[in-house]
Amino acid sequence: MNASNKNILLEAIELKALFDRLASEIKEREVLSGPFQLVGIHTRGIPIAQRLAKLMNRDPDQIGTLDINLYRDDLSQASEMPVVKETEIPFSIDGSRVLLVDDVLYTGRTIRAALDALTDLGRPKSIALLVLIDRGERELPIQSDFCGKKVSVQPQENVKVRLQETDGVDRIEVIDRQA
Amino acid sequence: MKETPVRIPHILSMADLSREDIEFIFQTTDRFREVGGRPIKKVPALRGKTVINLFFENSTRTRTSFEIAGKRLSADVINITKSSSSVSKGESLLDTVKNLEAMAPDVLVVRHPAAGAAQTITRMLKARVINAGDGAHEHPTQALLDLLTIRDHKKTLSGLHVGIVGDIAHSRVARSNILGLQRFGSKVTVIGPKSLIPLGIEAFGVGVSYDFKAVIGDLDIIMMLRIQGERHDRLPFPNLREYSRFFGLNLQLLQKAKSDVVIMHPGPVNRGVEIAPEVADAPYSLILNQVKNGVAVRMALLYLLSGTEE
Amino acid sequence: MTQILIHNVRIIDPANGLDLLGELRIKDSKIEAIGEKLDKLPGDEAFDGKGRVLLPGFVDLHVHLREPGFEHKEDIQSGTMAAAAGGFTTVCCMANTHPVNDEAAVTHYILEQSRSKAAVKVWPIGAITVGLKGERLANIGELQEAGCVAISDDGMTVMDSQLMRLAMDYAKGFDLPVITHSVDANLCHGGTMNEGEVSCQMGLKGIPREAEDIIVARDILLSRLTGCRLHVAHVSTAGAVELIRQAKAQGLPVTGEAAPHHFTLTDEACQEYDTNAKMCPPLRTCTDREAVIQGLADGTLDCIATDHAPHAIVDKEVEFDQAAFGILGLETAFALGYRLVLDERLSLEKFILALTAKPLEVLGKTYSGLKPGAPADLCLVDLDAQWVYRTAQSSSKSRNSPFDGWQFVGRVVHTWVEGRQVYAV
Repeated sequence: MNASNKNILLEAIELKALFDRLASEIKEREVLSGPFQLVGIHTRGIPIAQRLAKLMNRDPDQIGTLDINLYRDDLSQASEMPVVKETEIPFSIDGSRVLLVDDVLYTGRTIRAALDALTDLGRPKSIALLVLIDRGERELPIQSDFCGKKVSVQPQENVKVRLQETDGVDRIEVIDRQA
Repeated sequence: MKETPVRIPHILSMADLSREDIEFIFQTTDRFREVGGRPIKKVPALRGKTVINLFFENSTRTRTSFEIAGKRLSADVINITKSSSSVSKGESLLDTVKNLEAMAPDVLVVRHPAAGAAQTITRMLKARVINAGDGAHEHPTQALLDLLTIRDHKKTLSGLHVGIVGDIAHSRVARSNILGLQRFGSKVTVIGPKSLIPLGIEAFGVGVSYDFKAVIGDLDIIMMLRIQGERHDRLPFPNLREYSRFFGLNLQLLQKAKSDVVIMHPGPVNRGVEIAPEVADAPYSLILNQVKNGVAVRMALLYLLSGTEE
Repeated sequence: MTQILIHNVRIIDPANGLDLLGELRIKDSKIEAIGEKLDKLPGDEAFDGKGRVLLPGFVDLHVHLREPGFEHKEDIQSGTMAAAAGGFTTVCCMANTHPVNDEAAVTHYILEQSRSKAAVKVWPIGAITVGLKGERLANIGELQEAGCVAISDDGMTVMDSQLMRLAMDYAKGFDLPVITHSVDANLCHGGTMNEGEVSCQMGLKGIPREAEDIIVARDILLSRLTGCRLHVAHVSTAGAVELIRQAKAQGLPVTGEAAPHHFTLTDEACQEYDTNAKMCPPLRTCTDREAVIQGLADGTLDCIATDHAPHAIVDKEVEFDQAAFGILGLETAFALGYRLVLDERLSLEKFILALTAKPLEVLGKTYSGLKPGAPADLCLVDLDAQWVYRTAQSSSKSRNSPFDGWQFVGRVVHTWVEGRQVYAV
């Protein structure tokens, strides 16, 4: 029995290595198929995209940000008023190769909404997906093109990505919601 | 980014909205203004939701604004207009509302000639209710879009002096705006002939003036109101010509105003009565900005109210 | 044959100078004896008063029994049952029925129905004008002959001063009091509540206090002109209280009544657009409420009358503007008035007088009260009883009371009319 309800999956140093690897994978792919435009999904997809941009020597302010609240399929299941965040794409979506960036890939519903949100803004040439963690248990036929780490966790467990920018610390944890 | 405020079940009165609530609504509105600027002005947020516009009083502007707002959110929007005469022919408000409830709407937008009607309706059904004007009581969505328009233009809602001119007694817009502006610490002066200033208005903490000329120079915002002829059983002033002479806004009177004054009007405008045509169309007139903001504010409200369950 | 010996009871009748712990015997329809200790007679049915208070039955000068014409709101049976539950043994019913009680046939009908169905005594009040239209005088003499105890266009104000003067001149000749419902119809046009801060905030058209004061002043002046007895119904404003006070000081034959809601609530009760707080005259401000209480305390206002005005759900569950004016009053009057006694705003003696001897005085009728030979119209009250008023349990057919769910101290527990028990809690 675990005394704490929290398991550390990745520490800061491991996370950094993971970012480095993802950045080089993106660059490799770009050599083959042309440059990506990074679009981070609120909330943690944005700092992830910004870090990747920096690692690839690009302007982190030039990434797009996407809020998917208006495209969610579970609006009325929320208990509080939904907070709609900013969607800002500093480049033309039309004809671009978009790399969507998010922290955890789980059911696939967020990405489904993000695809709708993105295509309402224009007609990209292609959309690829990058996630830090893929925890499996998909409810929709969606897969990532770049994945930091695949993990297998119990349904009652939460994979929590914590980043310096949003949470004050770099760490990925698994939290047992029932504990 | 502000945290979610306490859930707002209905939008009935500006008195129910705190400054934080209003700021949260504006923050959400900003997102919907972005949607309004897209080539495809539609998001699926309220797909499968039903919004009923229940209008017991004629209104083109407000009804259309709510209709566009609902449609841009992909809600099914149904308009029901009932003249108050058909109500007097038989069906009571309770029956009308009970019938609508059977159709399971998510949001009911209500315009009604009787003060308190929207609040009364909340006691009759489960749907969220937005008051789109109830008699001479309130018109909170108009006040929200007015506040937003002022904020857009003046970059603040605090420390301003706003004059509301005209038929204060019968104006729900005046009441809602007074409550809203005071939340942000702006000063409001109501201006009009004494016969159109209701007894007890001082309790709102507003200034009162019967002399437009004397106070116009001190105003940052001038909000002109329409004379609500349909609510007068007797004309409270000799005639429109005389009213216009003392309380209408024309270019000559505008000379006395501050150089950065802006003019607002909730519409419909009676040109030549409360406002001269050249004033209504001037660059310092924000009348069309008000209309534009109306759609975004109403999208935000429909979205926020639909976004939660009881 | 009834023969009840009520013992172990405090018997109070201020008008007869009575306040003793003792016993009272009812024989048939009358009070047979009152004393500290009565001799037990064969046939006495003992009734333990349990130390409670036995009072003369109350008289309400102002109720709407709605029969004939509006039996879906109330009828003579249900209305008088509510009266009995409130300790009232006599109620005076206003003329705004359908048809209006503006001719003897209607009065006869009401009295006929009352004989077979009423729980308490019903005294009709006739109309001043035909159809309450304020156009021409009703057959006032015939109405009196048929049994009307006063005339009033209650619900409507006789706006034509000349017509009101004629009515008062004419009624004076028949020694009938004229009861004025005082609201200037033009000044209050379209108004639904007191005009002031609350109406302004709610966006409702107001009824200024002056709408009442103007008519009260006019009718007091007409009383001076005609010598006719004037009774001002449901006084709601400080101004009207003061006008009546001045009239009395001048020796004019003017009396006034206070309704329990006016000495209990203010216009703030209308907030939330509660149509059960809509009545005419409307609930006023704190100042007015205090003046009405003061008026009762100093005798300016002679009696407490309920203005019991039942309305069906369909009349009340509507927009505030559209809702009917009026609330139930009979079952809560005693408890609301007793609050003033508990708050030491009104003496118990004055309070009882305002419900018993004073209303009869207003009508110019002889008061018998609690004395041997008088009709056994009685009520027993428990001044310590704590209870909650529930409209759902009301004897009335209607439910329009703002006091639903209110907690009270002091309750009517038994009522007898002419020796017959008409109510037991």
